[in-house]
Amino acid sequence: MIEVEGIWRTYRMGLHDVNALAGVTFQIAAGDFVAVCGPSGSGKSTLMSILGCLDRPTRGRYTLEGVEVQSLDEDALAGLRNHRIGFVFQTFNLLPRMTALRNVELPMIYSGLPRQERRGRALEALEGVGLGGRIGHRPNELSGGEQQRVAIARALVNQPAIILADEPTGNLDSQAGKEVLEVFTRLADGGATIVMVTHNTGIAEQAERVIQLADGRIVSDTPTVGSRDSGLPRDRESASSPSGP
Amino acid sequence: MDVREAFALALEMLAANRVRTALTMLGVVIGVAAIILLVSLGEGATAYITQELTGLGTNLLIITPGKTQTSGSFHPPTASTVRKLTYEDSVALHRRATLLTDAVPVVLGTGKIRYQGVSRDVSVIGVTPEFQRVRHLYVEIGQFVGEEDVEGRRRVVVLGRTVKRELFGEENPLGQFVTLADSRYRVIGIMERKGVSLGFDIDDLVFIPVKSAQDLFDTDRLFEILASVRSPDEIDRASQQVKDILMRRHGNREDFTLTSQGAILSAFTTILKILTAVLGGIAGISLLVGGIGIMNIMLVSVRERTREIGIRKAVGARRRDILGQFLLESVVMSSLGGGLGIVVGVGGAKILSLFFAYLPTRVSSWATLMAFGFSAAVGVFFGVYPARRAALLDPIQALRYE
Repeated sequence: MIEVEGIWRTYRMGLHDVNALAGVTFQIAAGDFVAVCGPSGSGKSTLMSILGCLDRPTRGRYTLEGVEVQSLDEDALAGLRNHRIGFVFQTFNLLPRMTALRNVELPMIYSGLPRQERRGRALEALEGVGLGGRIGHRPNELSGGEQQRVAIARALVNQPAIILADEPTGNLDSQAGKEVLEVFTRLADGGATIVMVTHNTGIAEQAERVIQLADGRIVSDTPTVGSRDSGLPRDRESASSPSGP
Repeated sequence: MDVREAFALALEMLAANRVRTALTMLGVVIGVAAIILLVSLGEGATAYITQELTGLGTNLLIITPGKTQTSGSFHPPTASTVRKLTYEDSVALHRRATLLTDAVPVVLGTGKIRYQGVSRDVSVIGVTPEFQRVRHLYVEIGQFVGEEDVEGRRRVVVLGRTVKRELFGEENPLGQFVTLADSRYRVIGIMERKGVSLGFDIDDLVFIPVKSAQDLFDTDRLFEILASVRSPDEIDRASQQVKDILMRRHGNREDFTLTSQGAILSAFTTILKILTAVLGGIAGISLLVGGIGIMNIMLVSVRERTREIGIRKAVGARRRDILGQFLLESVVMSSLGGGLGIVVGVGGAKILSLFFAYLPTRVSSWATLMAFGFSAAVGVFFGVYPARRAALLDPIQALRYE
């Protein structure tokens, strides 16, 4: 579903070029649950931005569901961000003056769905993350964990092919973080394709594959040894195929 | 999102900061109100002049002594080197100008009229009976100057309303004798109330037979000859006819001026139309300034909402979605301001004409529509730049903005 080949992302800082990513290659199949780890400055967020079609690689190929993304124009990228990708940010990024319901409806406004359908799907998504009773609250009336769950509902509402999460629990306390993580694992169990950036090795263990980044390169790409990969029976459509380092 | 929702969203965003929106709109309100007010003043003046001049009849031809370049200039009955128009000229026209229905000789002067100790300075006009139908000014009580009065050089007078009131009060003046420049004149009629027409206060005039006026002022010069053309579309041919007849009588010199009501009217209306346009243009400048105010506030708004723009882009808003959103906000703001400005402008025009009767106003629907159109256009024109800046924001940078 995702093929990343020789991705470079270079920034010009004054007289020097800085390589945030220096030749990254991997594949992700449908249904994978992948964690991306690495120290600060390793290029994790840059990689997520590129995967999320918010940024273009300077060099290399990014293929999403068979479509080469790096050469698409801005409008096409926006379309992908709307339909095929659901992004969850560390800082939630909800619209502060709108209710939870309207926040979740936002992507559907740009995909042109009629009002009734929008509402219906938004309600469903919010109930799915356990916030059916808070749909009229504004972000400043919600806890951190609740805000992030709203953000997850928003990410899901257009039925994306892939969910990208950049440090989703980074701004949450451990309890809220656990709740949010539960949502992700539930989604993964349901067959969703998830790529999650995280510092936290504990969280990384919940995923079934960890890609380690350092200095813009992949250092390792291995399946995790943990409960998810312990051979217990699961409802999975396709088996994950971890690529080698 | 359909159009209704887009509007609702724009209104919501504008309402989020009511004071700021209101102050920004104020510029447009003032600009549009000023345009409407000034244009309606100009149009009112134009309509007034048109009405006055049209009331004279579209087939009026004014023949004045001397050649003037501009039409409608006023010749005081003072001694001058200009060749005179005579009573005989008017008779010649009356007989020989077939395209004219009437040719009325007019003598104009001033004098003191007195009755039982009360005196008044009035303008005295010497005319023939046809004057009434040529100028559409009619006697209301009694009778006007008659044919025999002219031939007999009789000392009879028709009073204007104001003169009658000042001299006689409620008393019936018919048959009474007044003194006009040391001669006794018998009052035979009272004019209808008219007010000001073509610069003259008709109510403050007195009418006497033209030959009596020539005796009174000891002159055979005419102030003017008022001619009535048979049909308005024959004005040009009639003018030519008049010219031919008079030139032959004046030694082949064109030492007189023909002015048609149409020419006066178009001269005046041209001036007034230019004036109106200039006034409107000046008011339009203030609308422009209002537009700059909109652009300024929209730039601030875009900056403040950088993060919001980043979020919208991240969930799939295209550039044109963002552009449209912000452009709509500025258009809604300016159009609302325009609508309000129309209300203020129209109201102001009405109030003005109520308090100041000599300031006629006319609110035309085309001016209103144009002003509203301008206000919307201002919103588009001055909103494009901020909206483009919003649309071209880089989503990642925008999301990082604090």
